[in-house]
Amino acid sequence: MASSSEAGGSADYETLMSTSDVELLKRAWRNEKATPEILQYEGALVDRAKEQIELVEETIDDYVENCIDPLVVSLYQMDLDRTQFLLRSYLRVRLLKIEKFLFHNLKSEEAERRLSEQEKVFATRCADDLAKHFEETVLLKLPENYQSVLKQSLISEVDDMVPQPHLDTFVVCRSKNFVSLNLYEEGESPETVEMERGDLYFIRYKIVKGAIESGQIDLI
Amino acid sequence: MAGQTDPHISLFSPQEVEFMAEDELVEIVPNMNMEQLNFISGDFGRFIPQIPTKVPLWLAVALKRRGKCTFRPPGWMSVDNLTQILEAERESQSTFQALPFSYVEIARLLFDHARDDIPDMYMVRSLVEDIRDVRLHKLETNLGSFQGTSAVKISNVSAMEVNIVRPFVIRALEAFYKHDKPEADVDRDTRSSRQQREANNEPRRPLRQR
Repeated sequence: MASSSEAGGSADYETLMSTSDVELLKRAWRNEKATPEILQYEGALVDRAKEQIELVEETIDDYVENCIDPLVVSLYQMDLDRTQFLLRSYLRVRLLKIEKFLFHNLKSEEAERRLSEQEKVFATRCADDLAKHFEETVLLKLPENYQSVLKQSLISEVDDMVPQPHLDTFVVCRSKNFVSLNLYEEGESPETVEMERGDLYFIRYKIVKGAIESGQIDLI
Repeated sequence: MAGQTDPHISLFSPQEVEFMAEDELVEIVPNMNMEQLNFISGDFGRFIPQIPTKVPLWLAVALKRRGKCTFRPPGWMSVDNLTQILEAERESQSTFQALPFSYVEIARLLFDHARDDIPDMYMVRSLVEDIRDVRLHKLETNLGSFQGTSAVKISNVSAMEVNIVRPFVIRALEAFYKHDKPEADVDRDTRSSRQQREANNEPRRPLRQR
């Protein structure tokens, strides 16, 4: 994506400094939409975005009171709407993923670390409600061995009633720099795929997972 | 709801793809005076009559609709350039010509709002549509020739085109991957996955929007 403020090919620090919050939010939103599992919560980014949104809302109110040119006001309003949409959609996509993989997120420590505080509260409450609902409507009426929400029966060794995110799905990505990735899991033939800057790839999510987290690869 | 596009149709709705394209910078020539605009997404301005300036596409369209500016069509949108690209696309069966990533969205927005700013508008529009058709057709034929791999490189495909073929390609590649690694299936069956199981492996043709 052509960013108006990215310095081409320079050090990461410089790129980070000159990328606006909206760009970062858009990137987080895109990545979150495209990945099958939930990603790390960008708490600092969301807080900064909320501050800026509130600031602009106040500014717009001032402008309207002072009868500034309504064209300018409507333009500021449009920009505000766009940023609000990004923020809201980002949060909603995360909520969607939490709901989809409710029990998995609470069980796996790695996933739990990625949620924000409010999301954790939401997830625990939702899981409790759902478990209670299942128990009252169905589970208590099943024979003793089959009454768990998480396991198919007491004989199962793992929690096999818990849907897990489908990590072997494919995603479309583009790398910012030259990146070389191991195609196969460890122990198998170490084939690598090399991605030049700007190439588009359909690739298995597991392979690029680490690179996405470190910011080298963008999802489209 | 902002987050809820059906993932079985496509990850991003066309409106969302357009939303992402609207941040691209285009050049406009304002016909009025305006102070600098300090948006959350960046600072733009000042606006001085007859002095061209670069703004994001959404801002340009907003100004144009209120009659406050005219567009300078981007360099790649000239009749000559597009004719060249169209011929090159027709010649090669497997490679795509380099076009701006959001060329479909930019072209569509310009045609809708800035007809009078584009010289030879009808010619340009028919060229862009031809290019789109040829590229989509190429994509479809190439999709039939996949082998199972873990990574497929597609160069110079634009955002809209990726979005159209994405669900099909993802399912096809997943099916390939699954059948190339039979030992992984034992684990997979005990977990429910959000994709429906497909009975056959025939790649399905993606739906063309006409």
